[in-house]
Amino acid sequence: MKKIIELKNITKSFDGEVVLDNISLDIYDNEFITLLGPSGCGKTTTLRIIGGFETPDSGDVIFMGEDIKDVPPYKRNVNTVFQRYALFPHLNVFENVAFSLREKKVPKDEIKRKVTEMLTLVALKGFEKRSVTSLSGGQQQRVAIARALVNQPKVLLLDEPLAALDLKLRKDMQVELKNIQKATGITFVFVTHDQEEALSMSDTVVVMSEGRIQQIGTPVDIYNEPTNAFVADFIGESNILDGVMLEDRKVSFAGQVFECVDEGFDRREPVDVVVRPEDVDIVPADRGMLKGVVTSVTFLGVHYEIIVDIDGFKWMIQTTDFWDVDETIGLVIEPDAIHVMKKSEYSGMFGDYSTFSDEMEEIGEVEIEELAEIEERGGNRTESGKTDE
Amino acid sequence: MNKKTSSLVQRLTLTPYSVWAVLFIVVPLVFVAYYAFTDSSFAFTTDNITRFFTATSVVDDGETVREVHTYLVIFMRSLKLAVISTVICLLMGYPLAYIMARAPEKTQKILLTLIMIPMWMNFLIRTYAWMTILQDKGILNGFLTALHLRPVHVIGTESAVIIGMVYDYFPYMVLPIYSVMAKLDVRLLEAASDLGCPGPSVLRRVIWPLSIPGVLSGVTMVLVPSISTFYISQKLGNGKFFLIGDAIEGQYVANNLHFAAAIAFILMVILLVCMALMQKLANRKLIVA
Repeated sequence: MKKIIELKNITKSFDGEVVLDNISLDIYDNEFITLLGPSGCGKTTTLRIIGGFETPDSGDVIFMGEDIKDVPPYKRNVNTVFQRYALFPHLNVFENVAFSLREKKVPKDEIKRKVTEMLTLVALKGFEKRSVTSLSGGQQQRVAIARALVNQPKVLLLDEPLAALDLKLRKDMQVELKNIQKATGITFVFVTHDQEEALSMSDTVVVMSEGRIQQIGTPVDIYNEPTNAFVADFIGESNILDGVMLEDRKVSFAGQVFECVDEGFDRREPVDVVVRPEDVDIVPADRGMLKGVVTSVTFLGVHYEIIVDIDGFKWMIQTTDFWDVDETIGLVIEPDAIHVMKKSEYSGMFGDYSTFSDEMEEIGEVEIEELAEIEERGGNRTESGKTDE
Repeated sequence: MNKKTSSLVQRLTLTPYSVWAVLFIVVPLVFVAYYAFTDSSFAFTTDNITRFFTATSVVDDGETVREVHTYLVIFMRSLKLAVISTVICLLMGYPLAYIMARAPEKTQKILLTLIMIPMWMNFLIRTYAWMTILQDKGILNGFLTALHLRPVHVIGTESAVIIGMVYDYFPYMVLPIYSVMAKLDVRLLEAASDLGCPGPSVLRRVIWPLSIPGVLSGVTMVLVPSISTFYISQKLGNGKFFLIGDAIEGQYVANNLHFAAAIAFILMVILLVCMALMQKLANRKLIVA
């Protein structure tokens, strides 16, 4: 595969605060790559550097073999779908999409042909004369995509494009975006904080935290072989335990020795062990490798999520069978359900569900804040209100 | 039930404003119209209106002697000075508003204060200040002489009147444009740049059309008072440029209330028509552009 963008040792700080800390990343032709991380991890800044809206303090931005660090956005063969769309409120749907073509003085009939083609692609044919402020969020989203694609850029940058949509619409748009990417063959660089979205759409996922890249890989790799406790915790749910690697394919944790499939560690090397909640089998207490007491049960539709106390460490386990609080159950963990990771700076910070309820509250608060932010921006949209920079 | 009471409360709270608006806006306007269409015995007449369009006087500028339509000439002169002042205000005010809107918050506040400070001073005092500056032996010429430059004769010229108008009404141009610009979403500018527009193009295709509402209210707020001003022309123009405002004042002082009202009424109608046309033009431009 051909490299289309190379970021080399990019560093960027705002007001003395380091936002990107020596980031290097290769982006290949035709791929759907997602920058994933919690807010403040530097993913949007990375995107803005590719788009030309920020200049890195140091490092190089190579686009198809050329250093474009000092090339202004309007000269880059890259287009962006902005967070909350940033459609031009004074122009109708047709003119929004035609915006870049008019700048290039493309002949009128060709503009008409291309815009129509794009509006067909995003299923908005017949909306040409509509004012963009009269459209729903999902429709505005489509206009933004059509507007960015009409120029046939080599790379399309998408900055949390689905964040303002409701769940159902978001799912539909995920599929649609993926289809558009396949149909056009354009490289998509997608920024999101939603791990599910990242896993379901991407060819490559780049997990970021605190201005650094934690892991680059396919969604399956990222989920099954997280490199450290941060990635394991951020992508899906994980029980992360302190363990010791006894020898190849043998690890001890939770007071027991388990067979596993991991190799290449030093003898008696301290490690982090990841066990996914869905990979644990529940058996009667006397037949389990581990034994614990159920401390809470949450019904989630498809399955129950139960918290099990095993010698003071709280495990999360997903099961389709009902187990009541205070029941003692046994756990069986198959070798391929165990993933061993090197110790990292994130060791011990994640993966214990003893404070699970607190954590849930925190997540809830973040979402409420985000919603408020979205509403605020959405409310300003029609009067093109100035929001944060 | 609930809705009814709340709407009653709403109406009650609005009462003072309604009373105010009726007493000080509607009633005076009705009086202006009433006086404009009546004679001194308050019988209906259109004489005052016709007089505005037909009255003539003889002008002798030393070379030729001509007969002209007095008030139409005065009106055109007022219009010319007002339009020139408005254009100058717009040309100076638009870039300033843009720079202010993009400046750091602290700078914005300082600039805003600087623009507003002159408005805290009395209008007459401001105009007198300009008299002392622009006089033949005034501050400006003193300054020029000190720099060994040739003194200029400004006072009593159209330029002096325009300077006075621009100075007085400049804030009314800057502030509405600034408030629209400050609300402009930065991401729209980024989007334009992303879609291939270099700076001047962003200005022409995004910033300008989106700031038109501010420009319109700025133009209105400068054009209307400068077309009807009378004091500035008297003081800075040495009374040589008789404007429509001077005409109204003159008729009023001469106790010719009915004709003064007629001139005011005609001026009002012309301005309203102009504003409506401008608004319409702007709306159409917005949709097509």
